Amino acid sequence: MATQASKPADSTDLPDDNGHFGPYGGRFVAETLMGPLDELRTAYEKYIDDPDFLAELDEDLAHFVGRPSPLYHARGWSKKLGGAQIYLKREDLNHTGAHKVNNTVGQALLAKRMGKKRVIAETGAGQHGVATATVAARFGMECVVYMGAEDIRRQAINVYRMKLLGAEVVAVESGSKTLKDALNEAMRDWVTNIDSTFYIIGTVAGPHPYPVMVRDFQTIIGREARAQILDQAGRLPDGLIACVGGGSNAIGLFHPFLEDRDVAIYGVEGGGDGLGSGRHAAPLCAGQPGVLHGNRTYLMEDADGQIIETHSVSAGLDYPGVGPEHAWLKDTGRVQYTSATDEQALQSFHELTRLEGIMPALESSHALAYAKQLAPTMDKDRILIVNLSGRGDKDIHTVAGLEGIRV
Amino acid sequence: MSRITAQFESLRQRGRKALIPYITAGDPQPSVTVPLMHALVAAGADLLELGVPFSDPMADGPVIQAACERALKHRVSLHQVLGMVREFRRTDEHTPVVLMGYLNPVEVMGYETFARQAADAGVDGVLTVDLPPEEAHDLVAAMKAAGLDAIFLAAPTSSDERIRRMAASGGGFLYYVSFKGVTGANRLDVQSVADKLSQIRAATDLPVGVGFGIRDAESAASIARVADAVVVGSALVSRIAELADQPDSIPLQAPRLIAEMRAAMDAVNE
Repeated sequence: MATQASKPADSTDLPDDNGHFGPYGGRFVAETLMGPLDELRTAYEKYIDDPDFLAELDEDLAHFVGRPSPLYHARGWSKKLGGAQIYLKREDLNHTGAHKVNNTVGQALLAKRMGKKRVIAETGAGQHGVATATVAARFGMECVVYMGAEDIRRQAINVYRMKLLGAEVVAVESGSKTLKDALNEAMRDWVTNIDSTFYIIGTVAGPHPYPVMVRDFQTIIGREARAQILDQAGRLPDGLIACVGGGSNAIGLFHPFLEDRDVAIYGVEGGGDGLGSGRHAAPLCAGQPGVLHGNRTYLMEDADGQIIETHSVSAGLDYPGVGPEHAWLKDTGRVQYTSATDEQALQSFHELTRLEGIMPALESSHALAYAKQLAPTMDKDRILIVNLSGRGDKDIHTVAGLEGIRV
Repeated sequence: MSRITAQFESLRQRGRKALIPYITAGDPQPSVTVPLMHALVAAGADLLELGVPFSDPMADGPVIQAACERALKHRVSLHQVLGMVREFRRTDEHTPVVLMGYLNPVEVMGYETFARQAADAGVDGVLTVDLPPEEAHDLVAAMKAAGLDAIFLAAPTSSDERIRRMAASGGGFLYYVSFKGVTGANRLDVQSVADKLSQIRAATDLPVGVGFGIRDAESAASIARVADAVVVGSALVSRIAELADQPDSIPLQAPRLIAEMRAAMDAVNE
């Protein structure tokens, strides 16, 4: 295992210089990528403190993405649950319908500064692919999105959206033909086209500096939520809840609250058919540490170290790894990780839709499912913030299909 | 002196360049691997690179990805690969064997257990594709304690400082990746390889092997002019793939490519 970072547990200063969060993170890639990762890191560290860059980012977040996103007090649902007051951070109202665009805008601006004319991305459900194709269209960049052949079949509408936006969508036929294989293929493209290409990773995983860079672009969620709850309720929340696939919406909400020790933090993984069934996507709850996709983190793997296929009704959670900072926050105990099953998520999907008139993404429905369990155990003057990371329009076919309806 | 170092020394004295074929262990089925290793030596291989199959071979092109998938259909594990090396060693004490693979199967086994068992099985060196020197300290220490050479990849993008660092922690030889890309791509440019090799030689005394993109006798010969060793992977694995439905013929037919390369390389050095 890598040497322990010398910085204190759950410090917001992490990672260390080589991208380690305790024993997790780092850079586990073939040598050819080490130089380009150094170059990316240098550029990132330069621009993240550059007033012109930040002004351009803020401008785009305000007028292209539509930030700040509201913090909405779900009074009807809170009343039904009979406990804590639930506030929803409305990332579903962002342009393209999810939190993903916060990051793609940031990375595209960085790509532009680095003189890269071509961007590539991996995608599972297609949300990150759409968010990447969107910024590529806006900045006039060539865009190639890698997507598992199996996911292309399941997510035809997002595939067409990306094509409308001018992106080339490449079907990945290797391995399990899903998100992890798309990530492998995007890495292969990057190593082949390093000079011209910027790889926009969609989550807080991958080799350093991706986990910290994507986190920094997503912490706008938590910074806004913190100010909004202070404004609306006059105090910090008692708990935060977010779903965790790779973990970018979760870390975005959590990070600005890590040092608020009285705020309990919960990450909810895709429990699939239940952790006992083996058919799930919950590496933090039921996996073990290993190395995949450039970082050390918790993984779903077999006894020989081969990565195993995951299962979740939500394509955005269907990934065998998780961001290394989450692995660290699990080990330090600062964040509690749990899971919600497909069935629990679907129940919450319907409940929020009917009671609040908000149709959540199936990913976000996992966070809602945990709120549904937790809120009734708390007093009515307690506050929970749930990250509503995306809208559910993309999932209508899945939900209808499960109910035997063709739309 | 390690078996790898001794082999390079002996080759140098004979004025011969090393030919290193790569095969994925267990491809297309486990029973083929050991006979094929012997047949490759008979055809003129000086060292053998044995790939440990992995579910997510991020640095490999389609040919070696498919080889991993064929081997994993038989659930070939790192333990089994070590068993293959042990069996090979029963009748070949001489030819160095290098394992090439990804870190995760080694992580699961544990660094010290892996290093001890690999050395015990007769492995001489280990090349872990996704382990740059920055992250390699603990595994290299375990390997050195067990008498194994850690073999590092150098790339067109590697700085002098990085090459010195690899040379300091590594042993056996340095594996130079001839172009920016994945295994099996067709982008070999001998002149750019030659230029980078002179830069590498200024930074280390380790022998330098060149791999990626060497597909036939002609490209093997041209690389043999400038490098200490020629590594051939995808071109050989493609032949194995073509013969996958007649596995018994693989040890007879696939090594012909190695024999052709051997002849062309030796002609250069005469």
